[in-house]
Amino acid sequence: MAGFLLWRLAGMAAILGASSVLVFGALQLAPGDPATFLLSGRSATPEAIAAIRAQYRLDDPLPVQYLHWIGGVLTGDFGRSVQFRTDVGGLIASRAPITLTLIAMAFALTMILGVALGVWSATRPGAVDKAVLVGSSVAVATPSFVLGFVLIALFSVKLGWFPSIGAGEGLADRLHHLALPAVALALTFAGVLSRVSRTAMIDQLGQEYVTVARGRGVPEPTIVRRHVLRGAMTVTLTYGGLLVPGLLVSTVLVETAFGVNGLGQLLQYSVTVKDFPVVQALTLLTVAVFVLANLVVDLLAPLADPRVRLGAVS
Amino acid sequence: METFAVRPGLRRLGGRGRGGGLLRAALAVIALLVLAAALAPLIAPADPDAVDLSAALAGPGGDHLLGADASGRDLLSRVIYGARTGLLGPLGVVAISTVLGVLVGLTAAWHGGWVDTALSRSMELVFAFPGLLLAILVVAMYGPGQIGPMITLAVAYTPFVGRLVRGVARGEMGRPYIAAYRALGFGGLAICLRHLLPNIAPVILAQSTINFGYALLDLAGLAFLGLGVQPPAADWGAMINEGQSAVLQGALGPILVPGLAIVLSVIAFNIVGESLADRVSRR
Repeated sequence: MAGFLLWRLAGMAAILGASSVLVFGALQLAPGDPATFLLSGRSATPEAIAAIRAQYRLDDPLPVQYLHWIGGVLTGDFGRSVQFRTDVGGLIASRAPITLTLIAMAFALTMILGVALGVWSATRPGAVDKAVLVGSSVAVATPSFVLGFVLIALFSVKLGWFPSIGAGEGLADRLHHLALPAVALALTFAGVLSRVSRTAMIDQLGQEYVTVARGRGVPEPTIVRRHVLRGAMTVTLTYGGLLVPGLLVSTVLVETAFGVNGLGQLLQYSVTVKDFPVVQALTLLTVAVFVLANLVVDLLAPLADPRVRLGAVS
Repeated sequence: METFAVRPGLRRLGGRGRGGGLLRAALAVIALLVLAAALAPLIAPADPDAVDLSAALAGPGGDHLLGADASGRDLLSRVIYGARTGLLGPLGVVAISTVLGVLVGLTAAWHGGWVDTALSRSMELVFAFPGLLLAILVVAMYGPGQIGPMITLAVAYTPFVGRLVRGVARGEMGRPYIAAYRALGFGGLAICLRHLLPNIAPVILAQSTINFGYALLDLAGLAFLGLGVQPPAADWGAMINEGQSAVLQGALGPILVPGLAIVLSVIAFNIVGESLADRVSRR
């Protein structure tokens, strides 16, 4: 157990370390001199260039630059935004709550919709199963931003039920503002998850214990709710956890479509105005979320199902 | 590791059986898309870039069969021309990632040992960067465009092909014919390319077809963000980027037309990819 944990943590650290080198190296690989690249589109006065060179230690050898940069990152110092002229860390911290709320809402929707549809189609072969399959195929192929605009046209412009732009103030207002973006974000992932949970359910329904329970006269709904669903949940939860990084990446599309000023829109805006330190920080954060989600899922799987031993699945 | 029972050739494609009608419909949609892309100047009823402000946001029917956008450009013509970048971009991604993935996967499977370890770890590293994110990072470095995101997405998609090829090739290498070719004195490269690769090609084709749909979605997303194909080009993603301001005026057409083109294309490629995978895994 401890050995497995250490091994996984080491692997995670290695991936994160290599990713950070890649993200750091992106500045060096960018066209032109790093200082002028960072200032691109802004007045590159000799003073400004000197300030940037000092800030990023651009006159030091590359390994020293990297250590200085990664040391800052590890203590929450992601450098300064060239566009907003503030700390990148503070900028991210101020936007993060919006994106986290959006992801939490979308994740809840994904899980509820995905599991419900999966269970429904697994227990009702035929028309229902087919309808869910067709629905999930369409959902998986629909870009979140296209769905977003359809929702805006319908529920904001036509019916006026939801605001079409912004993130809102206060909890209730925020949930109201983020409802449509969360639906737009969740649908694709719910489509994927419904297939996963359907397969897991069918797999469980074919097990011997179900036949035994049926033979003993246990009512079908009880079998499904008490036993089959529980057995199928491990796979579904595991897969659901792995969707979180995808949700985070997709916020860039949904937040841009809905004008929600979270991390996703910050990323889009920063690329447009060439604010490279912000892009670097957000890229590294997303990779960290990806690696963490994988680790958490690996560690939680045995808790949901004691039969799964740590390290047994590679 | 999941291994696949490999069936040589795809002759049964389009044959009868469950889902045959769906598969045929999907293939018809793809054929239609290819035709639209190839013959756009002949099919399109109007110049896709012709501005006609008197027809701004016109509804479907009349002069403009599918309506017009905010500048009065014909949506049907634009969506037909949009099939060009819409198909070429993903095709580039899939072609490059398939070649790279086959190279990496076969090398890892054939050599084993430290080569396998090194290549597998590198693939894990690339896995940690979602395609869209990696493409955004590269656009931040080199500016928006079509080629940069295409190559970047190809790199991001390579591990999906590489991991599959590695797994299938390892399973295939245990079979007697490989040992027989070895005993006959064939070199590793010749066995891999002439005998192993054709046997696992259907599995790779299935994965690459599914990747096509994802690449189309990623590239459309980038263009929507203003980071891929740039407006006013007649590209589906770029059309959505330009159409978003009209939504608040109640005009959804400029988004719905390219949006439906994207959805339909992705569904078609997914159906073909999935039925290919289905045929491959069923012995």
